[in-house]
Amino acid sequence: MSKALILHAPGTNRDGDLAEAIRLAGGEADIVPLSRLQAEKTDWLDYGLLALPGGFSYGDALGAGKLWALALQTWFAHQMQAFVESGRPIIGICNGFQALVRAGFLPGDNLAATLAHNESAQFECHWVTLTPNSANHSFWLQRLESLVCPVAHGEGRFVTAHGARLPDELVALRYRAADGRLADSRYPANPNGSPGDVAGITNRDGNILGLMPHPENHILPYQHPNWTRGEQGGLGIQLFRNGLRAA
Amino acid sequence: MLSRHPVPVPVFRIDVMTEADHRRRGLKEQIRGTGYRLNGDVEVREVYFLQGVLTEAEVREIAQTLVLDPVTQRYTQEQLNAEDGVEVFNCIEVVYKPGVTDSAASQLLEAAHQMGITALLAARTGLSYRFDEPVPEDVARSLAYRLLANATVQDFAFGEIRPEFIHPVPGANKATIVPIKDLNALGLQALSSSHRLSLNLKEMQAIQAYYCALGREPTDAELETIAQTWSEHCLHKTFKADIFPMDGSEPIRGLIKTYIQAATTEINAPWVRSAFVDNAGVIEFDEEFDLSFKVETHNHPSAIEPFGGANTGVGGVVRDILGVSHRPIAVTDVLCFGPQDLADERLPTGVLHPRRIQAGVVHGIADYGNKLGLPTVNGSIHYHSGFSANPLVCCGCVGIGPRGSHPRSPRPGDRVIVLGGATGRDGLRGATFSSQVMDAGSGEVAGASVQIGDPITEKGLLEVVERARDAQLYSAITDCGAGGLSSAVGEMAAQIGVSVDLAHVPLKYPGLAPWEIWLSEAQERMVLAVPERNLPALRALCQTYWVALSNIGAFEETGRLRVAFGEERIVDLDNDFLHGGYPPLELRADFQLPRNDMRIAIDAPADLEISDEADMLLSLLRHPDIASKEAVARRYDHEVGGGTVIKPFVGPRADGPSDAAVLKPRGTRDWRGIALANGINPHYGEFDPYRMAISAVDEAIRNVVAVGADPERIALLDNFCWGNPNHPDMLGGLVRAAQGCHAAALHYQTPFISGKDSLYNEYVDESSERRAIPGTLLVSSIGIVPDIRNAVSMDLKEAGNALFLVGDWEGALAGSHTLLVVPHYFSGHPSIRQVPGLSLNAPHLYRALHGAMRAGSVRSAHDLSEGGLAVALAEMALAGRIGAQIDLSHVHVDPRLSLFAETNGCLLVEVQTERLREFPETLAGCSVVELGRVEDSGQLIITHDDRVVIDLSVDTLANAFTPQGQAE
Repeated sequence: MSKALILHAPGTNRDGDLAEAIRLAGGEADIVPLSRLQAEKTDWLDYGLLALPGGFSYGDALGAGKLWALALQTWFAHQMQAFVESGRPIIGICNGFQALVRAGFLPGDNLAATLAHNESAQFECHWVTLTPNSANHSFWLQRLESLVCPVAHGEGRFVTAHGARLPDELVALRYRAADGRLADSRYPANPNGSPGDVAGITNRDGNILGLMPHPENHILPYQHPNWTRGEQGGLGIQLFRNGLRAA
Repeated sequence: MLSRHPVPVPVFRIDVMTEADHRRRGLKEQIRGTGYRLNGDVEVREVYFLQGVLTEAEVREIAQTLVLDPVTQRYTQEQLNAEDGVEVFNCIEVVYKPGVTDSAASQLLEAAHQMGITALLAARTGLSYRFDEPVPEDVARSLAYRLLANATVQDFAFGEIRPEFIHPVPGANKATIVPIKDLNALGLQALSSSHRLSLNLKEMQAIQAYYCALGREPTDAELETIAQTWSEHCLHKTFKADIFPMDGSEPIRGLIKTYIQAATTEINAPWVRSAFVDNAGVIEFDEEFDLSFKVETHNHPSAIEPFGGANTGVGGVVRDILGVSHRPIAVTDVLCFGPQDLADERLPTGVLHPRRIQAGVVHGIADYGNKLGLPTVNGSIHYHSGFSANPLVCCGCVGIGPRGSHPRSPRPGDRVIVLGGATGRDGLRGATFSSQVMDAGSGEVAGASVQIGDPITEKGLLEVVERARDAQLYSAITDCGAGGLSSAVGEMAAQIGVSVDLAHVPLKYPGLAPWEIWLSEAQERMVLAVPERNLPALRALCQTYWVALSNIGAFEETGRLRVAFGEERIVDLDNDFLHGGYPPLELRADFQLPRNDMRIAIDAPADLEISDEADMLLSLLRHPDIASKEAVARRYDHEVGGGTVIKPFVGPRADGPSDAAVLKPRGTRDWRGIALANGINPHYGEFDPYRMAISAVDEAIRNVVAVGADPERIALLDNFCWGNPNHPDMLGGLVRAAQGCHAAALHYQTPFISGKDSLYNEYVDESSERRAIPGTLLVSSIGIVPDIRNAVSMDLKEAGNALFLVGDWEGALAGSHTLLVVPHYFSGHPSIRQVPGLSLNAPHLYRALHGAMRAGSVRSAHDLSEGGLAVALAEMALAGRIGAQIDLSHVHVDPRLSLFAETNGCLLVEVQTERLREFPETLAGCSVVELGRVEDSGQLIITHDDRVVIDLSVDTLANAFTPQGQAE
C-alpha cells in the first residue's frame, strides 16, 4: 500500500509540495483537512504512510505546532496511536516535526524535547546540506547519500530537557558545511544553532522521522540553488521512496 | 459604543519565562541602537490575561496545555487584584489595544472552549520586558515609545499592566441623518472636514445638489459611502483629472488614459488578457494558463504601524489576485525608508524612526507571506531622507489560473456572500485616510485606520476560492479592501443593483453603528456573487477550510445601492450618481523641476576621504542602496512552492544579488517560466522625473531580460508615489513621469497592464512646513522565460570565459550613487546634470541578447545600475567567488567615468569560450565591447590604458557588499 495521508491543519502550506514529492517518488497522496478527517471519521489505517507537512498550523500563535499537537493528542489520539503502533512510516517536516515533538511522538524514549527559537531569534530561509547518521538504521535513511534542500523556519533548534543527551542512534540527519565537514553549529550551514547540528531525528523503532529542512522542495534538478553552475545532486526523492517502500 | 467600566469579572495573569532566550541579544542590540547602554540583562516574558470566573486549576490547565513549552519555559499564574499597578521603571509591559487583531488570544479562547473551559470569556496577550537594573524614568519612557510599544495599536505600562477588556454595549442599529441641504460653502467644507470625508467643495456641492433633488437629507452611511467611492484611493481622481499645464500647453484629459493606457492600447499585444480592468493585470502564460500581477502601495498605514501596515499590505495584494480568480504563487516587495542612521534630533515629531519602520515592515511582510505559504522572491530597498516620515511599502503578488475561469458578472438573484473574517471597527476610513497629508497628529487620529493582519484566515480564503472557481460556484468575486463592504459590494453592483441587510454581517463584537459595519475595513474578506443553488456546495467548502460565510443580500436589477439594517434604511443611492456623479477634477501642473528644499533634509554627507578608485568601489558596495539586502531576504521564505529557479541570492556562497527571480509554476507543462523584477530610482527623479520614468522602465525590462525573459513577452506595472498633487509643481513632476512611461512603453513595445498610485505622501510638521517624498515611480516587470533550462544567473561561472559590455553606454552622473558618496567627485563634469535617458538601441539589443541566451552562449549576465560598471563587475565577481582581468580603455577615455557613471540599456555578459566567435555576430548591430576574461585568481583587476585602477580580492569585495554581522 503506497498511498500517503497528508494532514492539513488550518495554516498548513507545504502540503502541495509534499504531495508532489510523494507522487514523483511513485506514490499516491491525499491531502485531507483535519475538519474532514473529523467529520468523516476516516480510518487512517486505510493509508500506508502518514505525512505532516510544513506551514504555520493555527498560525503557530501559541507556539510552533502546539495546537496541532493538541489535536493529535485529543481528537485523533486513537488514530495516531494505531498508526504509530502499526509501524508504518510517519514523516513530519518543519511544522509537522514541531507538532510530532510537541505531542510526544518524537523522540520518544521518555525524553522531553522541543524545537526552540533559532539562535538568531528570527526566521531563516537558506539552502543547507544534510548528512544521514550511519548509526541510525531507520528505513527512512536507506541508501541516502546526502540531501541538499532549503530550511524555512523560526523555531528549529532541537533541544532536550535539562540538556539530556539524545541517543546517537535516534539522530537521523545533521547539518553539514559546504566543505563536507559537520557544520559545528556555525551559521548559516547550521541555520538555527541546533546543538550537535541535529536537523532530523527518528523514534527508536525508526518508523517516525521528523526534520526541519524541506527535502520536498528539492525533487527536481532545477530547484538546486547552483543549477545554473551545473551543480546537481542531493535530491530528496530517495527519502520519499524509502518511506513509500516501507508503507 | 464601548464602555470600559470595570466589572467584577476576575482576570488572571500567566507569565511565561523562556530559558536561554535568544531574543534577548537582539533586543539588547536594538536598545543600544537607541543610544542607551543597559546595565545588566533584559528578560522578555509572554503574558496572557484570562478574563472569566475560572478556578485556579482551570488557569493551570490553560497554562500547561496551551501556552507552555515545558522543555524551555516556566510559568507563574496569579489573579489580578483590583488596584491599579504601581509605576516602576524596571519593567515595561505592552498589550494590543482592545479590538486590535490578537491571533494568539483568539486561538487561546477557542482552544480553551474546546477543552471544556467555557467560563473563559476573553483573553489578551502581551509582552513584559524586565530589566535587571532599574532604568531611569526618561529612558524607560523613551524605550517604550521609541522601541517597545506603538501607542497607535498598543497600550503599555511601566510595571504590571492592567489590560482593558471591552464590554460592548449593543448599538442603536440606526442611521443618523446628517443635514446638508441648507449648508453654505463654509458649512459644506466644515462637514467634509469634521467627518474626515476628504471631499472638496465642488464634490460636496454635487452631493448637496443630489439630495436637494431627492428632497431629503443624507444618512451618515450614505455620506461615508460616497466619500469612499469618490476617494483618491478608490477613484484615482488625480489620474483621471483634467490637467492644465501652466506653460499654456494643451490640457491633458486624464493621465492614465492619455499616457499609460494609451501606450497599452497602441501596442495592442495579443497576449495581454486584461489591462486596467480588474484589480490585477492579466497576461497569457501558455495555451492553458494566464498570469496575473499586481503591486499595491501601503505607505500611509506603514508609516504609523509598520508591522501591521506591511502585513495588511501583503494581505491586500494577495486578495487582489484572488479577485481575478487566480491562485497566488509569489510575492514581491519594494521598500523605501529614511536613512537608518538618521540622527534623533532630525526625526520629525510624531514620526517613528526609520530603523524601527524598516524592522517592522520587514517583519510584517515576512509574517504574512511566510504564513500564507507564498515565496517572497523579488524586491529592493532604497534609502533617502525624504522617506523618513513617509516610507514607501509596495507589495506585489503574482497569480496563475486557467484561461477563461474568471467570471465577472453578478446576475439578478445572485446572493451577496461574504467569506472570511468577522467585522470589527478595524481600519475605518482607510481610503480617505490615504488621501490625506500626514501631520504630527496622524498617529492619533488614524489609529482606527491601521490594523494587524490574520494570515491564517486569508489562507482559508485561498483554499476556498480556488475550489469554488473550479466548481463554478460564483458569478463574480471581488476583494474587500479600502472602503470595506461599501466599496466591494458597491463596485460589484455598479452595473446592476443590490440590496443588503447588515444585520447578517457577523461582528467581532456588538455595538457597531450600521455605517461602521458598512465601511469597516476588517481584513481577510472576499465578496462573491453566488447563485442560490450553489450555496450548499460553497458552505460545505467553507466548513472544510474553517472559513466563515455570511449571506447578506442579493443582486437585483434596480440600478440602486440599497442597504438596510433589519427594517432600518441605511443607504439608498442611485448607481448613476454614486459611480458617475462626481465632478471632474481640474488641476494645474508646473513643469519646473521639483524643489529639493522641500525634503526633510538634503543628504549632505561630508565628503568621504576617497583615496582611489578601489576605495570608491568599496564605498559604493557599502552604500545602503547598493549593499546586500540578504539579511532581509533570509527573513522571507523564498522556496515554498518549489518553483523558485533563480533565487534572490545566487552563486556558490548564495550572496550575489539576482537581477530578477525566475519561477516555474507547479502544474504547468513544458519548461516555461516567469521572471519578476523591478526598476526604481528616486534619486533620478529629483533631477528629471521624465528620465526617471524612462530609467525605471528600462531597468525593469533589462532585469528580466538578464535572467532570460523574452523581451517580446514582458508586461509592466506602475506605482506612482508622490506628494500632494494639488500643488502644481508636484503634479508637474507626476505628469512628466507619466509621459516618460508612455514614451518608454512604446519604445520597447512593452505594455503596462495595471498600476496604482499613492499620493499625498507628505508630512506637515509642527511649524506647518510641507515635506514631500521625492516623487518616485516603481515599475514592476513580469516576463515569460520560454525555457528555464536557459535561465541565466549573475554570478561569474568559469575561468577563461570572456566578459562583454553590451549596449550603448551613456555615462550619466546626475543622481548617480558615486555623487551620493562623494558629491564633488566629478566636479565640473558636463554630464553632472544628466540623468540616463532612453537607450535607442536597447530594444534591438535585448532581443539579440535573448537569442544568444536561447542558444546557450551566455553563462552569466548582470545589468548596470546604481554604481555603474564597477559595481556590476564587483557583484558578478564576488557572487562567483572568482576573479577577472578587465580593461576599460574602450568604454570611455576617463577611467573614473567608465567605472562609476550610470547608464540605461547596458549589461555585462559572460560568454562561454567555445561561443566567443559567434557571440558578436549574434549581437550584430549592437555595441559590444570585450572587456576581458574570467580568471581563477580570486582578484578583480581592472585596468585602463595599461594602468591598474582597481585590484581587489573578491573576498574584500564580498566583505564590503555584505555588511558585517549580517548573513555570513
